[in-house]
Amino acid sequence: MIQVNQLNKKFGSLHALKDVNVSFNTGQVVAVIGPNGSGKTTFIKCLLGMVLPDTGQILFDGQNIANNWNYRRHIGYMPQIGRYPDNMEVGQLFEMMKDIRTENNLAPITDTELLDSFEMEKINQKPMRTLSGGTRQKVSACLAFLFGPKVLILDEPTTGLDPLSAEILKAKIAREKTNNKLVLITSHILSDLDELVTDVLYIFEGDVLFYKPLQNLKTDTGEDKLSRAIAKIIQSGHKLTQA
Amino acid sequence: MGKIIKYVLYDILQNKIIIAYSLFLLLVSISFLSLENDSGKGTLSLLNIILIVLPLVSIVFSTIHFYNSYEFIELLIAQPLPRNKILLSEFLGVCIALLVGFAIGVGLPIVMLSFNQAGAMLLLSGALLTVVFTSLAFWASVITNDKAKGIGISLMLWFYFSLIYDGLVLMLLFTFGDYPLEKAVMVLTALNPVDLGRIMILLKLDASALMGYTGALYKNFFGSGYGTAIASAVMLVWAIVPLLLALRMFKQKDL
Repeated sequence: MIQVNQLNKKFGSLHALKDVNVSFNTGQVVAVIGPNGSGKTTFIKCLLGMVLPDTGQILFDGQNIANNWNYRRHIGYMPQIGRYPDNMEVGQLFEMMKDIRTENNLAPITDTELLDSFEMEKINQKPMRTLSGGTRQKVSACLAFLFGPKVLILDEPTTGLDPLSAEILKAKIAREKTNNKLVLITSHILSDLDELVTDVLYIFEGDVLFYKPLQNLKTDTGEDKLSRAIAKIIQSGHKLTQA
Repeated sequence: MGKIIKYVLYDILQNKIIIAYSLFLLLVSISFLSLENDSGKGTLSLLNIILIVLPLVSIVFSTIHFYNSYEFIELLIAQPLPRNKILLSEFLGVCIALLVGFAIGVGLPIVMLSFNQAGAMLLLSGALLTVVFTSLAFWASVITNDKAKGIGISLMLWFYFSLIYDGLVLMLLFTFGDYPLEKAVMVLTALNPVDLGRIMILLKLDASALMGYTGALYKNFFGSGYGTAIASAVMLVWAIVPLLLALRMFKQKDL
């Protein structure tokens, strides 16, 4: 569904992504992990066309996404830090997004499950600037799922959410997985990912260190928890660099 | 595109700067136009204020608005919308707001108190100047992600076109006063939208020598409707070129 070929991106002297080659298919839930500043968000922003790669290409359903915008109708994106117009009220924000997606006077089909579970109508009148970080995160999550997209890209989705909301969101992701959607998640909270993901993509300093099914990762390392498996790999990696 | 413009306008109306701007212009226009007995003189005094205030407010307001809308733009970029459409909607939204402010603040008093050829020309060149400086502001804002730098570039552009440029032209004229410079000066004038706006009005007033050397020479050169047409066309170029540059840079920008 998404194919990334020889993707390179430099910010000045910083080589943020080095020859990234990966492909994603429907039904996969991919954990994109790696240390801070390793290029995860840059990679995600490349998929969204927010950051333009220097070389290489990204194919979405076989179509190159360069100078293309229509493919984004199939993507729901939850940014790491949701930034919204200060003066806009929560209700207005949702109305605007629906308005933008309306075509030929045909309102888009919306999935309001998260809106209901997060009780968004209670804060409909609140301006975005008055919302706490966690509530903002909930708004972002609702927006990402609102139009029932084929692909979900979630950048640190559970950070800042209270335990109950995090569980609601995780349950929602699990349901989307059974609906044969493609989900990409970055997170540092590996225990959150354990039950959800099918594959793990590990990026380190712009390089893809490995990309394999979670099951294989667990058998390779002999650990049954994602966090321990990753820890083991990082440790052995350090030994390699020290040697 | 109309949908996005609607939200941009809504956002602009939320902060009351445009309303204050309209009221300020209205106050200035009414006082100048009703205090002077000779409507030509009133228009002339108004012209001086407008040539300073209009570009300054247009360029600074547009730049600040752009940076304040950065979140909004980021939000839209992840949606199925082409980047051109997003930037153009922002541009048109700001333009419409500033033009409506100008229409209320200056258009209304001129139509009611002293509507003549010079007044109509003042409205035309004022509207064109608003668009030109909004366009320049968008170009300056797309160049850098740093708000302070962006506003700095905008202010420098304003200083350059409003103050420094005339000084440079005057220096040139004094230095090369022994040569026939009329054609050169005409070209130099076309390189500054503020001068162009001034000349469009001067051509309709019998006050050619009042407003700086460049203006006076231009009057001698044209003195007909032909001149106005050319000046308007050049102004439009001034509005379109920075906008096209901004669109091109915005397309290649990382957000």
